[in-house]
Amino acid sequence: MKTNPLFKPGHTACAGCGQAIAARLVIEAAGPNTIVANSTGCLEVFTTAYPETAWNVPWIHSLFENSAAVASGIEAALKYQGKKDTTNVIAQGGDGGTADIGLQALSGMLERGHDILYVCYDNESYMNTGIQRSGLTPFGMNTTTTPVGSLSMGNPNPKKPLPEICAAHGIPYVATASAAYFQDLQRKVKKALSIKGPKYIQVHVPCPLGWRHESNLTLDVARLAVDTGLYPLVEYESGVLSGRRQIVPKPVEEYLKVQARFKHLLKNPDEIKKIQEIADNNIKKYGLKVEAAPQA
Amino acid sequence: MFGPLIVKPQKSQGVKTGAWRVQSRPHFLQKNCIACKMCLLVCPEHCIYGDEKNTYGTDYNYCKGCGLCVKVCPKQDIEMVEETGENN
Repeated sequence: MKTNPLFKPGHTACAGCGQAIAARLVIEAAGPNTIVANSTGCLEVFTTAYPETAWNVPWIHSLFENSAAVASGIEAALKYQGKKDTTNVIAQGGDGGTADIGLQALSGMLERGHDILYVCYDNESYMNTGIQRSGLTPFGMNTTTTPVGSLSMGNPNPKKPLPEICAAHGIPYVATASAAYFQDLQRKVKKALSIKGPKYIQVHVPCPLGWRHESNLTLDVARLAVDTGLYPLVEYESGVLSGRRQIVPKPVEEYLKVQARFKHLLKNPDEIKKIQEIADNNIKKYGLKVEAAPQA
Repeated sequence: MFGPLIVKPQKSQGVKTGAWRVQSRPHFLQKNCIACKMCLLVCPEHCIYGDEKNTYGTDYNYCKGCGLCVKVCPKQDIEMVEETGENN
């Protein structure tokens, strides 16, 4: 533990929180000359339970929907003061605050071309309020608003392709990352901050409470999501696919069986087939597959 | 009966989340450590310290006992032991 870390211990995240890992990696990659605008969500609640704060950088929370708009104002003010070249501005939020409630503010920020990095911590539901379905919830997940029953197999809708939506704005840099690949995540943040203009990074962060896996499996679950092809790690530059992490694909059952949120699917081969199809489509679309190395 | 109604904003290091540990805590053996820093990078609490081989440890004032450092250690140099309630 450094004597004066940018993200301090003593925050009230659950044991094994993936978001806490990713948030610390992002702010450490960005450095101390950073201003953070945070939307409502788990991250805001567990880091800044008044009167304590875990952040050692200037940090502001306004509303659920407008972290991108608040960051736009901060960036405009810095530009007027002539300090923008030495200061990074980061807007961050969860998947609900980005894909559902904050989408129009995010789109406006991308369209106006502000020099801001938007980081979305994607834990695939509204975890803070009790696991409700969001736009980034994957197909088949058991949430409190898409419960499993005799007529329901969990969330009936596919995950919203938010990285593609952002890339379609033609912004200089869009990437997806995972809390399990530390160096990859930090490299993407540093690369994004070296580029002028709006940037978007979506980080896959496991939530032991909502995904219902053991707290020491956070990294394994995040790795399996990448290795099965369900969460492709890709980069877009100016709307064109420029990088991807290639994998030796594993069957999706390996990812599903460690999490109780997908428990109901294991007895149902038809549903697993549908999820395998989603993974196969991702693998084909981004060219993720690499042949296994020959056994020596 | 009531605490002060207005409190001074402060750093979160006043919250001793170590009290959350219930069953087990990580124990750093400090024998085969290669200083790869994986435990330091993975800790969600950011309460693991150390920079050279066999110097790593965790601050039990904040450690919530999630067990990620035990899982990520490539040398199995960290193990989960039963929680005793002592702070060192």
